[in-house]
Amino acid sequence: MKKFKNRRTMLYIPGNNPAMIQQGGIYGADSILLDLEDAVALNQKDAARTLVRNMYKVTDFYDAEVCVRVNHLSTPFGLADLEEIVPLQPSAIRYPKTESPEEVIELLNIIERIEERHGLPHNKMTLHAMIETAMGVQNVFSIASKFSRIDAITIGGQDLTADMNIIPTPDGIGIDFARKRIIMAAKASHIDVIDTVFPDVNDEEGLRRETEYAKRIGFTGKAVINPRQIDIVHEVYTPTEEEIRKAYRIVREFRINSAAGIGVFAIDGKMIDAPIVARAEYLLRLANITVD
Amino acid sequence: MKPKIAAQAGTFESSDVIVLIEPLPDKSGRKIEISSSVMQQFGESFTEIVIDLLDQFEMTDIHLIAKDKGALEPTIKARLETAIKRSLDMQEGTLKQQISDEKV
Repeated sequence: MKKFKNRRTMLYIPGNNPAMIQQGGIYGADSILLDLEDAVALNQKDAARTLVRNMYKVTDFYDAEVCVRVNHLSTPFGLADLEEIVPLQPSAIRYPKTESPEEVIELLNIIERIEERHGLPHNKMTLHAMIETAMGVQNVFSIASKFSRIDAITIGGQDLTADMNIIPTPDGIGIDFARKRIIMAAKASHIDVIDTVFPDVNDEEGLRRETEYAKRIGFTGKAVINPRQIDIVHEVYTPTEEEIRKAYRIVREFRINSAAGIGVFAIDGKMIDAPIVARAEYLLRLANITVD
Repeated sequence: MKPKIAAQAGTFESSDVIVLIEPLPDKSGRKIEISSSVMQQFGESFTEIVIDLLDQFEMTDIHLIAKDKGALEPTIKARLETAIKRSLDMQEGTLKQQISDEKV
């Protein structure tokens, strides 16, 4: 199920806003999230669900991966969302406030029943589990590791701070442990992990700082709430020309040396071994570059 | 079928359309009022979409008002479907009480 997708940015689009949905693909985000959950008023859930269903069928989102965030099954909206959205088979369904593997089993059972009814395969559309409660953080390793359909987990910073009864601060110190635990769970299962949104769209320097930190500690990408935020996140996550040249050289030399039966070698006096080659290969995938 | 209650769906935002529905007395048929910022260009196809949807749901004895701000066809269909289902009191997966509170 796991295949490489660049997920530097995931643009949230409110599911009840036709103008934003029809323009969603033009901003160049790697992923688009059509949101039926927090971005939709409680008395407009039916309208948003029908709108997303209709718009998804005909809108060109260009190269972006399209995900739909449904409501939790404990709400009156979750099941109706799945009935409308699963037959569309978007790239992924994002499930909010995931707290335990048992919840994922319940969700998957429902999804697979709907897929069977519509003659759809069980291995095309993936799941993204959102971790946004203390209980979810506690159980994140088993959530991330037990299900082949989960190919990304994400942290929901706003809900998590609310669940923890703390006030969000610009340094994110209150959710730092959760961030790192969620990253480690994702890395252990070799799946993507996407950082929470940066809510102040006018603070571009703050966004850049937070994204640089997210990249340093291991996030695959970051959720964005405004098209203005996309370029900044992409700049942070896109490898520089110097990094690409270096990675290319490492991979090329590795192949030449491997063919000659040499496992460890040196470039400019620095030892190159398997972990360094793996990192270089990952960087080239990010840059969409193949080595001949 | 005929509407059970007055209902609405959509907004006055650009690229959207607001649809209002109210029941008419028995054997009144359909009364349709459409206004659009692009009536000149797309008024005819807009009317066809409305009639098609009303036919699909076999709606009669209905007063439908649509005020369009340049919505695309999937949006028009979505708003019509939502308004019709709300007027039939058959919308699922939403807070019905709050919708009936904001009835037209």
